[in-house]
Amino acid sequence: MGKTLFDKVWENHLVDKITNGPSILYIDKHLIHEVTSPQAFSGLEKRGIKVFRPDKTIATADHNVPTVDQHLPIKEALSRNQVETLTKNCKKHGIKLYGLGHKYQGIVHVIGPELGITQPGMTIVCGDSHTSTHGAFGSIAFGIGTSEVEMVLSSQCLFQNKPKTMLIEIEGDLKDGVYSKDIILYIISKITAAGGTGYFVEYAGSAIRSLSMESRMTICNMSIEMGARGGMIAPDDTTFKYLKNKKFVPKNEDFELKVREWKKLRSDPNAKYDKVLKFDASDIDPMITYGTNPGMGIKIDEEIPNNALNTSEESFSKSLKYMDIKTGEKLLGKKIDYVFIGSCTNSRIEDLRIASKIIQGKKKAENINAWVIPGSKTVEKIAIEEGIDKIFKEAGFEFRQPGCSACLAMNEDKIPKGKYCVSTSNRNFEGRQGPGSRTFLVSPATAALAAIKGVISDIRKNK
Amino acid sequence: MEKFNKLDSSIMPINIENIDTDQIIPARFLKAISREGFGDNLFRDWRYDSDDNLIKDFSFNTINNNSKILLAGRNFGCGSSREHAAWAVYDYGFRVVISSFFADIFKNNSLNNGLLVFELSQPKIDKIFEMVSKNPNLIFSVDLENQRFYSQDFLIDEFFSINEYNKTCLIKGYDNIDYILSQKNKIIDFEKKHYE
Ligand code: SF4
Repeated sequence: MGKTLFDKVWENHLVDKITNGPSILYIDKHLIHEVTSPQAFSGLEKRGIKVFRPDKTIATADHNVPTVDQHLPIKEALSRNQVETLTKNCKKHGIKLYGLGHKYQGIVHVIGPELGITQPGMTIVCGDSHTSTHGAFGSIAFGIGTSEVEMVLSSQCLFQNKPKTMLIEIEGDLKDGVYSKDIILYIISKITAAGGTGYFVEYAGSAIRSLSMESRMTICNMSIEMGARGGMIAPDDTTFKYLKNKKFVPKNEDFELKVREWKKLRSDPNAKYDKVLKFDASDIDPMITYGTNPGMGIKIDEEIPNNALNTSEESFSKSLKYMDIKTGEKLLGKKIDYVFIGSCTNSRIEDLRIASKIIQGKKKAENINAWVIPGSKTVEKIAIEEGIDKIFKEAGFEFRQPGCSACLAMNEDKIPKGKYCVSTSNRNFEGRQGPGSRTFLVSPATAALAAIKGVISDIRKNK
Repeated sequence: MEKFNKLDSSIMPINIENIDTDQIIPARFLKAISREGFGDNLFRDWRYDSDDNLIKDFSFNTINNNSKILLAGRNFGCGSSREHAAWAVYDYGFRVVISSFFADIFKNNSLNNGLLVFELSQPKIDKIFEMVSKNPNLIFSVDLENQRFYSQDFLIDEFFSINEYNKTCLIKGYDNIDYILSQKNKIIDFEKKHYE
């Protein structure tokens, strides 16, 4: 029987299997940040041990950091304490830290790929559920808890039970105005926020292969929002081209050698998956979420339904009430208050380019507060070189400094209670963007257009 | 992790079902950067009212028995996956939790943090609740080696099940990390092959 891409990478990293217990999986790259690592480091201290392979862990500060005046000391005491603790821990254990102010600092899932830390066939973990992003390169990447962070620091290994595999195939050409964010919101709306529970997903098909690396990352990033452990895409020429000349990727002949290896990373034609789903690219339109989980999504011009798959009547109506919307209503034309372009889902240079094209020469609507938070210092730098920051600023957007920001509102960037935010992030949970905030998840193009119009608008009609 | 083999103790009962991790340790106490100290806030909102006065009828405040065994209603530890819940129960002083059903992640987190959790059937659980309400000082024994749980008067004498791996870890005082550290040679061998 043939093997899936997942099987191959998994087997390449299997150190041992404990009788009547889990497998021991070797981890190639471990990413850490300020929020989920302090207890793991103090655990090591208590055991009196050092980090086993310090060169395989890379740290950055992103979750808690302010997105203005990053050169000044952090005002909020708790955030400052966490960031300082990370700095201390990294220094002590010899871990490379791209901290605040460093030219490579940024959201952990943005910097991994753009520095070439993320490579095909690797196992990559981080104490953050959107680690699935890195699967876009054909690696097994997933989020872990604090004890697991400690385990990886101490042994470069993890205990894992092998998940089931699911293939999601999308064939055909994408329609105008449809971006990768729409693809993933479409898939989640079809299979619900729990539809992938227990599975590791592989995305395939001509529509997926046609996407850039940035777009593929957006899809893999949100695998977790359908409950899947992670998602991956087989590496191909698009992947190799992206990786060539990235900082941590081997150069010249060594690169060619690597590519030869990476080319083997694909599922066998007769590979067996536990579940297979097929979708037609021509069925996908620009999408928007209306409710309080990412599975509650509709085509942007559809009416709000009267139920959602696998959602009780009670929680469905609670969700609409929270959002202050009604069944039968359309979201098109709805007045909104905030636009957030950022997060590890959509804050890469491609996202900023797409959004800036839409707003070029225009002004944001009066009623809108619009924030652009580049995913990393690298993205920020390219945006400035290309003059993209100016386009945003001239349109009345705030072009801020890199971090997670209003994706989880752990720093000061919060959407006020009751306000509507059209957001390129990945979670529309109650209070996710600030207590009482209301989130509509969309693509960067749809978000940019909403900022200009002041209302939710159809990108296909923006001629 | 501390070794666990045998334990004699009275029981602290909480006869409530579906106790979620938000009740075990409310979210507002999660901002610490260390693992210790969570026991102070275990069941915080059940032990104290909003003015920090003791809530008189909660078992923790009526029974003062230094119990190391917590007996709880069905589906203990449900809700968010926060590991802090297991840390808090342990930090308070408990070494064993018994219920008729545990949320999966809570169970894993507990066993990995030196807290023995096991299930007994609901009728047995009900019977123990009754025995404890009559005599809060009744001593129960946990014998992990033989997977046996019994009362001093032998009115309760039960076999409980536990995964072989977790049992060995508890008896030896190994958590997952101690176990993996004992496998270092295997890991180093693996690395040689993996990066050749
Ligand atoms: S941007 Fe949001 S989802 Fe991504 S790592 Fe930061 S907090 Fe997590």
